[in-house]
Amino acid sequence: MVDVQSIPSPDIHSEERAHEADHPSSLLAAFGADQPLRLDCGIDLKPFQIAYQTYGQLNAERSNAILICHALTLDQHVANVHPLTGKPGWWEIMVGPGRPLDTEKYFIICSNVIGGCMGSTGPASTDPATGKVWGLDFPIITIPDMVRAQAMLLDRLGIETLLCVTGGSMGGMQALQWTAAYPNRVFSVLAVACSTRHSAQNIAFHELGRQAVMADPDWHHGRYFEQGTHPHRGLGVARMAGHITYLSDAALHRKFGRRMQDRELPTFSFDADFQVESYLRYQGSSFVERFDANSYLYLTRAMDYFDIAADHSGVLAQAFRGIRTRFCVVSFTSDWLFPTSESRALVHALNASSARVSFAEIETDRGHDAFLLDVPEFFDISRAFLESAGAARGLTKTGG
Amino acid sequence: MSLQQQVLPLTGIGSQDTGQYRGDHLLVAKMVEHGSKVLDVGCGDGDLLQLLEARGIDGRGIELSREGVNRCVAKGLAVVQGDADTDLINYPDDAFDYVILSQTLQATRQPRVVLENLLRIGRRAIVSFPNFGFWKMRLQLLVGGHMPRTENLPATWYDTPNIHFCTIKDFVQLCDEINVKMERAVALDLYGRPLRLNAPWWFWNMFGEQGVFLLSRAGKVR
Repeated sequence: MVDVQSIPSPDIHSEERAHEADHPSSLLAAFGADQPLRLDCGIDLKPFQIAYQTYGQLNAERSNAILICHALTLDQHVANVHPLTGKPGWWEIMVGPGRPLDTEKYFIICSNVIGGCMGSTGPASTDPATGKVWGLDFPIITIPDMVRAQAMLLDRLGIETLLCVTGGSMGGMQALQWTAAYPNRVFSVLAVACSTRHSAQNIAFHELGRQAVMADPDWHHGRYFEQGTHPHRGLGVARMAGHITYLSDAALHRKFGRRMQDRELPTFSFDADFQVESYLRYQGSSFVERFDANSYLYLTRAMDYFDIAADHSGVLAQAFRGIRTRFCVVSFTSDWLFPTSESRALVHALNASSARVSFAEIETDRGHDAFLLDVPEFFDISRAFLESAGAARGLTKTGG
Repeated sequence: MSLQQQVLPLTGIGSQDTGQYRGDHLLVAKMVEHGSKVLDVGCGDGDLLQLLEARGIDGRGIELSREGVNRCVAKGLAVVQGDADTDLINYPDDAFDYVILSQTLQATRQPRVVLENLLRIGRRAIVSFPNFGFWKMRLQLLVGGHMPRTENLPATWYDTPNIHFCTIKDFVQLCDEINVKMERAVALDLYGRPLRLNAPWWFWNMFGEQGVFLLSRAGKVR
């Protein structure tokens, strides 16, 4: 008989995760029933809350604020230890004193997206109307909804105009949506490894992930928390599939090749003989420890629905007409999830709108994930772009 | 008198700073009115754009090589990766006051189409190119019997990116054909110095190492 193994059952911190969804280990902005969040699906979400982190000091002119928008499975813990995993912040390589997003110069804000599971209202949060976890009763949210919530947070913080909005992947989508929805509130945008619309291939990969979650018997139609379970196998498989799309053939080959995991010969079983299998299983199991399965469904859906041009009579350039925001668009040669052609289409639309745009394609074999890694050319470009935006905005002194 | 002295004063550029800029860049910069919006096609490492920005001009760039683009962006310049032959069509009419094509025309596949696009996108165009009628070129072909190579054009015939060479005379003829008005023309010698302004065309065509032209659409510019 063939030995069958699946993703190792993780140490599920269900209670910690549930607690974090309602009572996050970060700053919190609560919005009462009098300040609903108008969702694209037609529902007013109320009350709701936004969990966020800030780094650095807001200056007296309130002109040095930068909003970081996070990607699909990341959160507001950009440059501090993660409360659930204990790992360093996901963009510490970019954010900190002397880094491109210099906390000695800029006031950095990052909020957990609406629909997320790290403290902003989402399917893992408790619905105050029922006292139960939202689950699939949570309304469908979109990228514009996430941005609308961020704008409400900035109103609360008393910040009218952002020096820059930046983000990679889904974060880049939000950054672009900012310019389409609030062009006068965004002085510059650094949009990395993203697109103005989600491609059919990307929707297909997301559907694969969602089906994996929903096929897991532990999912219980989204009410697993009441059953004391978590669809860790399904969510793990979704993460494994997703993770492959974040890398590249060359990166996988360089990292693992066909090397075996702790063995010389194949075991003639379905055990993780290859290092790449073992790595993917680890990625799957560590992800389910910190992420809510329903949240994964909602956020992937939000990305699928994203299409800026569709909201502007199908003409992308229309979305940016007369815009004065300074753009810097960055793509990576080996990113096949958000390939350079997508960035180029955006750049063409921005050129047609006579927007001030820089566009750099960076050569790397590290795939989509390159924006999270040590890529010095990307850092140099980000730093210079922010410095020139700061100079154009008359940013002279640091801190508050 | 050196070129640097001739083009001075340049608003925004102190006389002590002119030495760090190329002579033909200073000449081009002088042709651009203060406060205008400029697209530099084939902007290389962004030296001309930096000079223009220092003068308070809103400059944008297109560059073919990825390395060039990334160096420009890392200087804070608004530069995108693109090709003069294929990407100019994405720009709307009258998007810029000036479109500059510096030492690039001879490397395009369709120089005539590119030139027409420059003057569609910009109200004016500034075009500079190496003059294949320069006496050194003629001499090498006539006496040496081989394809000319000079200090500024050192590539051999089989690896040169320059596929459409022309002389100053050829260029003037093309401008006439497509109804382009020449507002200013300058021929520079091998050292980047302008030739006498009152010299006849044949003299420029013989002794000009490169030509720099300020062009506009005939009858359309106010």
